[in-house]
Amino acid sequence: MSESLVHVRDLNVRFVTRDATVNAVNGVSFDLAERESLCILGESGSGKSVTLRALMALNPPRRTKLSGTVRVGGHDIITASERRMADIRGSTVSMIFQEPMTALDPVFTIGRQIAETVMRHEGLSRAEADKRALELLELVQIPSAKRRLAAYPHELSGGLRQRAMIAIALSCRPKLLLADEPTTALDATVQIQILLLLRRLQQEMGMGVIFVTHDLGVAGEIADRVAVMYAGKFIEEGPVRDLMRGPLHPYAQGLLGATVHAGMRGERLTTIPGAPPNLERVPQGCAFAPRCPYVEEACLPKVPDFRSPVPGHAARCVRVPQAA
Amino acid sequence: MLLYLIRRILYAIPIALAVGLVCFMLVQIAPGDPINAIVPADAPQEVVEQVRRDYGLDKPLPVQFGIWLSRVVQGDLGRSLATGRPVTADLVSAIGNTLMLALAAAGIGFVMGSILGTIAAVFRGSWLDKLAVGFAAAGVSIPHYWLGMVMVVLFSVTLNWLPAMGAGPGGSGSWAWDWEHIKYLVLPAVTLSVIPMGIITRTVRGVVMELLNQDFVTTLRGKGLRRGGIALHVVKNAAPSVLAVMGLQLGYLMGGSILVETVFSWPGTGFLLNSAIFQRDLPVLQGTILVLAIFFVALNLAVDLIQTALDPRIRRA
Repeated sequence: MSESLVHVRDLNVRFVTRDATVNAVNGVSFDLAERESLCILGESGSGKSVTLRALMALNPPRRTKLSGTVRVGGHDIITASERRMADIRGSTVSMIFQEPMTALDPVFTIGRQIAETVMRHEGLSRAEADKRALELLELVQIPSAKRRLAAYPHELSGGLRQRAMIAIALSCRPKLLLADEPTTALDATVQIQILLLLRRLQQEMGMGVIFVTHDLGVAGEIADRVAVMYAGKFIEEGPVRDLMRGPLHPYAQGLLGATVHAGMRGERLTTIPGAPPNLERVPQGCAFAPRCPYVEEACLPKVPDFRSPVPGHAARCVRVPQAA
Repeated sequence: MLLYLIRRILYAIPIALAVGLVCFMLVQIAPGDPINAIVPADAPQEVVEQVRRDYGLDKPLPVQFGIWLSRVVQGDLGRSLATGRPVTADLVSAIGNTLMLALAAAGIGFVMGSILGTIAAVFRGSWLDKLAVGFAAAGVSIPHYWLGMVMVVLFSVTLNWLPAMGAGPGGSGSWAWDWEHIKYLVLPAVTLSVIPMGIITRTVRGVVMELLNQDFVTTLRGKGLRRGGIALHVVKNAAPSVLAVMGLQLGYLMGGSILVETVFSWPGTGFLLNSAIFQRDLPVLQGTILVLAIFFVALNLAVDLIQTALDPRIRRA
């Protein structure tokens, strides 16, 4: 059996400073097949971005302690040296970020920022790299691409900047694309354009994609599978359709209840009372228990295991029935 | 870009004029009558009036300013009251000496400051960072005339490695770029370099530290760039703000440190200013201040233009 594109087992990420240790990710495991798209849903501080960055060892190097197994495209990320990681980043796996204004270097042209990535990984000459940069801008549908090569990030609109960011990420045809809330900073009309572009590019280039977002609409638009994250753990995972229609975990139900979707005119949105736990100390039992309306004795002594009522859909909740 | 260039140069002209006016007025406002410096104390009143007319000091101030300005633009800064020599000639040789010293000090200070600042930023919080910051604080805080004297005691008197004063074995007139002459430059240049080194260290440290926390540095790492590639981006981003501080520091150095040039008897502008002040030598004082101020304006203009060339966000034509 060939190994999946991404293979993560019991990933733990801790940020250690002199004042405190924050347990940002606590035992995350998942696999991603080639050409598959996974969406990690969660609120701020749930550890979703940290998980994503751990896949290419991009968290701040000196403060971050990683443990577990992370394999991407056959490379062992946890043990790889920084030098080795530099070869993997941008070629096997690359990332697009939430805020394209700050994620692009303000004093280098768009063309140069694309070309340098290609030159770094594929050893092309400057002229060849410039040519590839132009092709890439056309690939991400930037109008007047030739002129935009010489533009600086501040001269482009938010949508065009994000397209340029995507062009950089795709410049060396990665097998895995990581997207950290790629549409959060954009206008609603631009968001859908970017999502459609990403979905088309994923299909054309045959990439695996992992999306991080707190926007359920985005998840529904692009993902094959969805994982819901809370307090540094996956608490529910399943096909996007099943999870949207019938969330199992009370937290996932709460998230959906707090979101506007079609056919609910006149109904009130519900909220989840309370706030996520402080990750300086990981709770012993289910991390959601203090906020959960259905909490019972069994939730507290240990973290509930995944229970799966139907194949492929599972949640960490004691109330979920386990299929035989 | 060209339009911006022309506009910036045009902006500099009124600034230079204002500087000239202030220079002229400062001397007029200063207490005491310059005539007293020229004529003996017991000279008869007619002689005093005669001298006053000769120097044009009897005319109304605006007229005096006009005459002075029209001469200045022709390169004539008048004659020294103390020596009778043309101010321009003395000033040119003094500026040459100070320029040499300033550039040497700036070279040492800027290079050392950039290196220390970068090391401190990259290894922030480590003992290297603390060492560099301590070094910078010491550089800015230690009075440089005191440091100059300590260096003379150590390297000239005790070790007898380097000469303590002057600008070359044959006086200032015959400078040459060989070790015989350069060794006269070492002590004053190192002494002067300590303050800009401290300031540049702190500036570079702050700027680089901020840049390393920017999102785009994560993007660069995410693209697979190595340290060298990332450094290129950081340098180009840091350059505008660091250059601005460097330009100011070079301007201060050009003013010639009165104290350091006096300690080392270096025949530069500071030395010239010092003697002009003590001798109430108005034309020398005016001329020197004016030229230094113009130099400062020009330097700021140059820094602005370089910044514009480096940072596309400033370019608004």
